[in-house]
Amino acid sequence: MNGLSLDIAHLLAGGLVLTSFMLLYQDRMYGLLNTFTLQAVVLSASVAWQANIQLAPHLYVTALIALVLKAIIIPVALHRVVARLGIHRTIETVVGIGPTMLAGMGLVALSMVVMLKATAAADPLAREDLAFALSVVLLGLMMMVTRRNAVSQVVGFMSLENGLILAATGAKGMPLVVEISVAFSVLVAFIVIGVFLFRIRERFDSVDVQALDVFRGERR
Amino acid sequence: MNLVLTELPPFDALHAVLIIPASAAALLALLPGYWLAARLNALAALATLMAALLLLVERPASRGGYLFVDDLNIVFVVLSTFVGFTTAVFSATYIGHELEIGRLTPRYLRFYHAMYQTLMFAMNLGLLANNIGLMWVAIELATLTTVLMVGIYRTHEALEAAWKYFILGSVGIALALFGTILVYMAARPVIGAGHDAMVWTALIEKAAGFSPELLNVAFVFLMLGYGTKVGLAPLHAWLPDAHAEGPTPISAVLSGLLLNVALYALLRFKMLLTSNPAALSPGPLMVTMGLISLIFAGFMLYRRRDIKRMFAFSSIEHMGLITFAFGMGGALANFGGLLHMTMHSLTKSAIFFAVGHIAQVKGTQKLADIRGLTVSHPALGWGLVVGVVAIAGLPPLGIFMSEFLIVSSTFAREPLLAVLVVFGLLVAFGALMLRVGEVAFGEPVGSTAPVQASYVPLLAHLGLVAAAGVYLPEPLVEWFQTVAKLLG
Repeated sequence: MNGLSLDIAHLLAGGLVLTSFMLLYQDRMYGLLNTFTLQAVVLSASVAWQANIQLAPHLYVTALIALVLKAIIIPVALHRVVARLGIHRTIETVVGIGPTMLAGMGLVALSMVVMLKATAAADPLAREDLAFALSVVLLGLMMMVTRRNAVSQVVGFMSLENGLILAATGAKGMPLVVEISVAFSVLVAFIVIGVFLFRIRERFDSVDVQALDVFRGERR
Repeated sequence: MNLVLTELPPFDALHAVLIIPASAAALLALLPGYWLAARLNALAALATLMAALLLLVERPASRGGYLFVDDLNIVFVVLSTFVGFTTAVFSATYIGHELEIGRLTPRYLRFYHAMYQTLMFAMNLGLLANNIGLMWVAIELATLTTVLMVGIYRTHEALEAAWKYFILGSVGIALALFGTILVYMAARPVIGAGHDAMVWTALIEKAAGFSPELLNVAFVFLMLGYGTKVGLAPLHAWLPDAHAEGPTPISAVLSGLLLNVALYALLRFKMLLTSNPAALSPGPLMVTMGLISLIFAGFMLYRRRDIKRMFAFSSIEHMGLITFAFGMGGALANFGGLLHMTMHSLTKSAIFFAVGHIAQVKGTQKLADIRGLTVSHPALGWGLVVGVVAIAGLPPLGIFMSEFLIVSSTFAREPLLAVLVVFGLLVAFGALMLRVGEVAFGEPVGSTAPVQASYVPLLAHLGLVAAAGVYLPEPLVEWFQTVAKLLG
C-alpha cells in the first residue's frame, strides 16, 4: 500500500466528516437532503477506494448499495415526503447553529483523542479511518438530538450509519460487511417508509417520558 | 439419492430451533383464518421448545461454524422457547378477543402471527450465534419485528410508541455495531483478518492478547448500545411506551425475553473483557447503570396511571437488578442474577397474561378504572395478586430467593451497595403493594362480565415461580453454578 493510496483514503474519509459538518448548518430541508446525497456519494467513493486498495471485491457491492440506495432512492423519496408534508421551509433546531457547530468540533476532537490513543497498535489506515468514522457517528447522533423535525432526524440517523459503514470497511478483512450494510439498508428503508406512510412531521417532541406522561395525563 | 442426502445440512436440534420458527413464519404469513393460525402458532412454539429441550439433553459438538451451544446460551434458549410457547397459548385467546371487538383485522392477524414466529427465530439466532456480527444482525431483526408489532393497532399512541422505540432502538443498535467493529479491530492483530476474528469461541480463547484500550472503548459502545435494548435507566425511554401500546402478548415477550437477549449479548462481551487482565473491569459500569435503573424505576412506579406502563417500569427495575448482580460478579452474585432473570421472565410474563385479560374485560388500561378484581374476577384477580406479590419479592416465592441471594452476596462484599439495592427494592415494593391493593380489592368498578381467559399459561408460570421459591432441584442448581462460574 503506497502513500498516495493512503492519502486518497484519508481524503475521502475526511470528506465524509466535512459533509457531516455541512449537514449541521443546513437550514432548508432541500439543502439538507442535497448535502446528504453528497455525503452518500463521498461514502460510496470511499468504500470503493477501500475495495480497491484492500483488494476486496465484495466491498464494491457495499459501495454500490450506498450509491443506489442512499444517493438516489432515499433522497428522491424524502424529497417527495417533504413536498407532500409541506415542511421544506425551515428546520427547527433545539440549539442554535453556532453552538451546534462548536459542539461538533468538540466531538471531532474527542473522537480523535479517544481513537488515536486506543488504536496505537493498529495500522495507520484503519486507525485514522476509525477516528473519522467515530466523528461521523457522533455528529450524526448530535444532529438527531438537536433537530425537532422527523425527516431531519432520519437524515441524522442515516449519516450516523454512513459513519458505521466507513468504520466497517476500514477494518481490514472484516467479514459480513456486505450483510451488515444490507441489514442496515433494510432498517433505513423501514424508517423512510414509516415517515412516508404515517406522515410523521415532528419527532414526538421529546424523547423523554415526562412529555408523554403529560400527554397521557399520567402526571399529577 | 444418497449423494443428495449427504449434501443436505444435518437436521439436528440446533438447526431445528431456528428452522421451525422460520418456516412457521413463512407458513403463517400465507395462512388465513384465526382458528388454524393461532393453533399453528402455538404448535410451532411447542415444537421449538421441544427442540430446545433436546438441545439441552444432547448438545452438538461445536463445529466452529456460525452457531454454537454452550452452558450459558442454552439457559437463555430454553427459557425463551418456554415463555415463547406459553405466550403463544395465551396469545390465541387474547387475539381471539381482539378480533371480536374489531381492534385487529384478519389481514393484520396474519401479519401478527408471522411476526411472532420471526421474532422467535431472531431471538434464538441471536442466542445461538457464534459470530458477533451475526448476533448483531439477529438482534436488529428482533428489534424490527417488535417495532412492527408495537405499532400494529395503528392508533396515534401506538404509532408514536413504535416510532420512539424504532428511533431509540436503531441508535442503540448502531452504537452496538460500532462496538462490534472495534472488537473485531482488537481481535484482528491476534487472530488474523477474516471470519475467525468475529467468532466467539476464538475470541474468548485469545482475548488476553487483545489491545486493552480498544476493548475498553468497544465495551463503552456495546454497553450503551445493547444497554438501550436492555432498558437500562438513562436509555430506557422507549420501553414503557412500547409495552403499553402494543398487544399484551408482545409486552410479555418483550419483558420476558427480548430484554434478556440484549442482556445476553452484554454478558458475552463482559466475559471477553474479564478474560483480558489489562482491560478495564466492566463490573463497576454495569453496577452503576443497574443501580440507577433500579432506584429510578422504583420511584417512577408511584406515578403510573396505566397498568401496563406500571409493569413496564417494574421490568426496568428488575433488569437493573439483574445487570447489577452480573456486574458484581462472583459465583454467588452471578447465580443470583441468573436465577433472578429466570424468575423475572416467568413472573413478568405471567403478570402480563393476567393484565391482558383484565384490560380486555374492563376495556381500559387505566389503573383508576380497575377496582375490586378479586371480587368480580376471582381467578384473574388472585392470579394478578400472586404475580405482583412474587415480583415485589415477598417470600416464599422464587424472586424472594434470588433477591435474597443477590443482596446477601453484595452485603458480604460491598455493604453500602447492598443498602442501596435494598432501598430501591423497598421503594418498588411499596409502589406495587399500593397499586395492587387498589386494583384487586374493594368494590368492583367497570365491567364484571365473565371473561374467556386461558389460565393454563398463567398457572404454569406462577406454579414454577412458587415451586422455585420452596425447592430448587439439584441438577438445576448445579447447572446454574457452572454457568455462574463461566461468567466469572
